[in-house]
Amino acid sequence: MALTPDDVVLWRHGWLVVNQTIATTWGIMGLLTLGSWGLTRSFTRRESPSLWWQSLEIVVIAMRDQIREVGLRPAERFMPFLGTLFLFLASAALLTIVPGYVSPSSSLSTTTALALAVFLAVPLLGSQAGGFRRYLGHFVEPVPLLLPFHILSEVTRTVALAVRLFGNALSESMVVGIMLTIAPFFFPVLVSLLGLVIGFVQAYIFAMLATVYVAAAGRVTEGGP
Amino acid sequence: MNEHGWVAVASIVTAGLTMGVGAIGPALGEGRAIASAVMAIAQQPDESATITRVLFIGLAMVESIAIYCFVIAMILVFANPYWAARP
Repeated sequence: MALTPDDVVLWRHGWLVVNQTIATTWGIMGLLTLGSWGLTRSFTRRESPSLWWQSLEIVVIAMRDQIREVGLRPAERFMPFLGTLFLFLASAALLTIVPGYVSPSSSLSTTTALALAVFLAVPLLGSQAGGFRRYLGHFVEPVPLLLPFHILSEVTRTVALAVRLFGNALSESMVVGIMLTIAPFFFPVLVSLLGLVIGFVQAYIFAMLATVYVAAAGRVTEGGP
Repeated sequence: MNEHGWVAVASIVTAGLTMGVGAIGPALGEGRAIASAVMAIAQQPDESATITRVLFIGLAMVESIAIYCFVIAMILVFANPYWAARP
């Protein structure tokens, strides 16, 4: 039993190995890029927007409102990164309905890469939101004695972000595997439906936690020492 | 029973214990969180969007403890470093 899609090697040439995780990740990236390019190309300013336009607008406005509610303004500046995280993970979860597809988030490599991207984005976007001095200032807040703990928490929450997403995706595929062996045909379908919901909730949580981290890094400090 | 057998026994028993004991705390915590959130929504239905968002983020935090236990149980059973040469 393959624990992660990393073990499924599709193509190998010398040191270059393409496993299932890389292939599906690039597939999703291509799908999202070509899909949005092809869809937005047909958008023109006319009286009645098309169905696709309205559907995409719902998604984009929902993401913008969520970012705005956390306190990041203007939300459009943070949308490219935080929105892409959600769109990538949500489509990775949604594509589970395709037979033979294994979500790239059930590989620790993918989730670690995303968590590292969040780890790097927090200082960059956080200093954009509140200034670089303010970002550095939140490390020595409320007392400079807590500096090591702030640095430690930066690292541990990145690990937690990666392992949480990986564990959720892994547990879903494990439960489906166990259900297939003891009660095939009907119960795996129910578990897959549950997994679809869990995948979406995890995509939302991952993007939301990244948003909260960025907002915390750029937070305006009132009445500090 | 040889050494590999004992490693297998210890790993499997520990994996079960990890999952079973490790799920108690997060389960109680999630129950408390959801109960409080439901009460808060019942008292202030207008704030349900904010309450739901905070609930989801909090549940993710609480749940990650159980997820760590699950990952460690999986490592013990499927990717045990002390069980390199499987007979």
